[in-house]
Amino acid sequence: MRDSRRFVIQAIFIVVGAVYLIRLFYLQVIDDNYKARADDNAIRRVVVHPHRGQIHDRNGKLIVINEAVYDISVIPKKASIADTLEFCRVMAVSRQYFDSVMTQAAKYSKVKPSSFLKQISVADFGRIQDRLIDYPGFFYTTRIVRHYPHPTLANALGYIAEVSPKKLMNQNYYQQGDYVGINGLESFYEKQLRGQRGVRYVMVNVNGVEKGAFRGGKFDTTAVTGESLVSSIDLDLQLFADSLMQHKIGSIVAIEPATGEILAMVSAPSYDPNLLVGRTFGKNYTTLQKDPNLPMYNRPIQAVYRPGSIFKVIQSLVGLQEGVITPESQFGCVQVPMKCHEHPHGHNDLHNAVQWSCNPYFYNVYRRIIYAQPTGNNWRDAQVGLMAWHNHVKTFGFGTKLDVDIPNGQRGYVPDTAIYNRFYGKSRWQFSNFYSVSIGEGELNVVPIQMANLAATIANKGHYYTPHLVKSVSHGQPLPQYLQRHQTSIDSSYFKYIIDGMADAVRRGTVWSKARIDNIVICGKTGTSQNKKGEKDHSVFVAFAPKDNPKIALAVYVENAGFGGFAAAPIATLVIEKYLKKKIVRRNLANFMIQRDYMPKSKAEAEKRRDDSAAAIRKPLLKIKPLQPAKPRISPAKPIIVSNKTLPKNN
Amino acid sequence: MLQGQPHPGQELSTGRIDWITVALYAACVVAGWFNIFAAVYDPELQQSIFDFSINSGKQLIWIGSALVLIVLIMVVDFKFFEAFAYILYIIVLVALIGVMLLARDVNGAKAWFEIGSIRIQPSEFAKFITALTLAKYLSDTEIRFDDTKTQLICAAIITVPALLILKQNDTGSAMVFIAFILVLYREGLTPWILILGVAGAVILVLALVVPQLYLFIAIAAIAGLVFLNLRRKTLKSISWVVGVALMVAVAVFGVDFFMNKVLQAHQRNRILVLIDPTIDQKQVGWQVLQSKIAIGSGGFAGKGFLNGTQTKFDFVPEQSTDFIFCTIGEEHGWLGGVVVIVMMIGLIYRLVQLAERQRDRFSRVYGYSVACILFVHIAINLGMTIGLVPVIGIPLPFFSYGGSSLWSFTILLWIFIKLDSHRGEVLRRI
Repeated sequence: MRDSRRFVIQAIFIVVGAVYLIRLFYLQVIDDNYKARADDNAIRRVVVHPHRGQIHDRNGKLIVINEAVYDISVIPKKASIADTLEFCRVMAVSRQYFDSVMTQAAKYSKVKPSSFLKQISVADFGRIQDRLIDYPGFFYTTRIVRHYPHPTLANALGYIAEVSPKKLMNQNYYQQGDYVGINGLESFYEKQLRGQRGVRYVMVNVNGVEKGAFRGGKFDTTAVTGESLVSSIDLDLQLFADSLMQHKIGSIVAIEPATGEILAMVSAPSYDPNLLVGRTFGKNYTTLQKDPNLPMYNRPIQAVYRPGSIFKVIQSLVGLQEGVITPESQFGCVQVPMKCHEHPHGHNDLHNAVQWSCNPYFYNVYRRIIYAQPTGNNWRDAQVGLMAWHNHVKTFGFGTKLDVDIPNGQRGYVPDTAIYNRFYGKSRWQFSNFYSVSIGEGELNVVPIQMANLAATIANKGHYYTPHLVKSVSHGQPLPQYLQRHQTSIDSSYFKYIIDGMADAVRRGTVWSKARIDNIVICGKTGTSQNKKGEKDHSVFVAFAPKDNPKIALAVYVENAGFGGFAAAPIATLVIEKYLKKKIVRRNLANFMIQRDYMPKSKAEAEKRRDDSAAAIRKPLLKIKPLQPAKPRISPAKPIIVSNKTLPKNN
Repeated sequence: MLQGQPHPGQELSTGRIDWITVALYAACVVAGWFNIFAAVYDPELQQSIFDFSINSGKQLIWIGSALVLIVLIMVVDFKFFEAFAYILYIIVLVALIGVMLLARDVNGAKAWFEIGSIRIQPSEFAKFITALTLAKYLSDTEIRFDDTKTQLICAAIITVPALLILKQNDTGSAMVFIAFILVLYREGLTPWILILGVAGAVILVLALVVPQLYLFIAIAAIAGLVFLNLRRKTLKSISWVVGVALMVAVAVFGVDFFMNKVLQAHQRNRILVLIDPTIDQKQVGWQVLQSKIAIGSGGFAGKGFLNGTQTKFDFVPEQSTDFIFCTIGEEHGWLGGVVVIVMMIGLIYRLVQLAERQRDRFSRVYGYSVACILFVHIAINLGMTIGLVPVIGIPLPFFSYGGSSLWSFTILLWIFIKLDSHRGEVLRRI
């Protein structure tokens, strides 16, 4: 009997052992729950943010760089400071700041790091770094922020900011707190610039203190630095163009005609892009948004104007293509129905008309285009002619948004039969209802970059490449869409007549004599974009140079500066000189233009100008759907439609 | 075997040492040492296992000193332990009383004498000394275990030190004395004790899990069924059924009383958390949960030596002492658990075999005591890490970090190895 008890005891041992092994098998092999919870406990996924790609200009100069800033953190438990006053002096903080931050830190955690001082510049950090070793518990981490060595191109570059809650939805790449490009190149090339995030798995202890790489970093992925972009911008030219646009509101867009590369792009007034970096972002952003001169409004692609006289060159080309005029066609400058200005009109052929921007001439050209196939029914003929003309004009890139590599551009407007059908009723309109279009007024809307593109198209004698700011993404090529050649519907042989006229317009025509340069044959066309009554018109000039084998084509807009030949033209020729000669011989002219001030003289006037442009748009002349563009982000940029009842005075 | 052939004059009778036991002991101690290292290893600091500033380095000192103890035990005359059992017993009782009067409060327990930097815990020594005393008392040829007097004296030998330890607030060490019930069972104690114990445990669990009303209905229903099926409905049999049913019902009330009035809040929580692991997430519940997470995350084959994350980063409390099994479970998985459990159950199974081959009652009772004390430690310690037993702070023999516990288990075991090696030299006194 006693022996059997021995087996009872041994059986108890074995049963308990077996029960425990079964329980262990359940815990360890069958139930997966604990594995996940262990990882939750001890493994922290740390995202490694790659450095964002930098942006160079076409000559390799840096436009956008990454700069390290330093954050100093403290682990309260390890912190030991012998002389607090001395420490505050080294860190350049007040005693109150020190006390409050240290109290906060200790309250948050004794063993986890808290931020002590944020975004110390390299220069300031140099002073602190040597002394930091004397203060255990304090350590630094580096962060990368954007830095702009030159305060230029702010609107074209855009900026980076924390990803918005709205953008966080319906995507799975970004996480809260990530920085993302907003506007400009930063936004358009976000995928290339942002690089590839890395992930580090670190082990943490029960207090959340990091304890090294999980499994020696076996599962980690390294961050891949974003691609650097080579911009087509010529930084020297850009800075010079910036300086010319001081004290002015307007735009300069300069393009290399052979490639469509944008050489300079000025939106004036602008702001220092460094304002939208780091700690002061929020404050500066608000200030900029409140500025009535709208510094965050990217005028080259967003500001909508009427093209004015510059459009006469298109009317000429369409007329030649349609065969309704020849270069020898003459129309008298008869001041009816349009007035003209003083110019020699003895032999008023196409060349002369372009050179002197003769209004009645182009009235007649446009009339012939619209009534190209006369059947006696003006109402029907106007419809046919208008659509033929509309289709030609569209091939120049007007009326559609140019696919520039910065977002939020405007598309402008080229009238078609639909708009007049709705406006006047179907087939109840003819040429007399919209003849002001002949000289670039009326329902025509353009943005400056479309006009620069027009200059490039003429320089190329009939084709263009979509203007773009980045000539090389990682592999030395621009995006494929910028290698696509766009052909206009105009035969290239017709362009020479226009070009000759434009050359003479600069040599001895509508352009202010002081704007001319020796040694460079510039082809240009002045324009004056009509403005609200009582305010000076916008001065516009498009040009390319040299006449043979053109290297630069550009459009200059100076708001409220009056006649195109006086304000915009000298600025344009200075930009051309700078680009082609690499230096400015006409220093006096340059200084004169730099100092010319076309800004509103008061805040009230600035607001009035801003509101007037908005009011002009708000005029309920046309409530037609296609004319309602996307809501502007910063300032109104709706097409300007004026009644063609007003008689345009034009040049 | 060499049974029955005395070898007088041979002091260190290594030839008859049971090497299986020694090998299992050594394997446990070495495995324990590696796992202590794994438990405290900090991958950022990359310490060496010999680093004396961490527990694995210190454990090496304890292991070295345990070897000295083993040598001492092996050179002492084997009759010493029987001869001095009562004296040692008195000394340890005095020490247990003394420690309550003199010792400082450490974690709520007054259990340590502090001499310089060395801390001595009398309760650790009380275990093997009580075993020796019980063995000596029962080895008296005059004694008949059936006598009530004998049984009372046995009970006193066991409960006096147990109560003193309980008074020190060291519940875990006191509970180890339950082991002697199994020893006494082997020596003739009625099996009802075991049956009542199991029944009590079942009632305890049921009373905690099932609402009281349902339990009473169930008791009444079972009693009714038994009553209907009684072959002869004599007064005696009826009163038996009614009596048992009433006792069970009283026991159910008793559980309530026990839980709410006898146990302190933290002890009550330790039991309740087994039934509902979601309660008390910050204290006991957290410990049990983290322990289960550590072990459960090990999977079948474990994460690999030093690759655990739960124990070494302090998610599991007491990771190198009472919860050392978490490290084993996490880093070596179920396979590691199998090896450790098979090793330990194998050791105590072997000890029972050895105890049975003793020729005198003293050695046999002592042998059973060793096996059962180790068993209770193993069962409670492993049971608490896997959430089957309330959290009771007692070490896993040979594995847990700590000088006191390693010394005490070494002495406990090696006295028996010594006795076993001399089994041929004693007169048969059974």
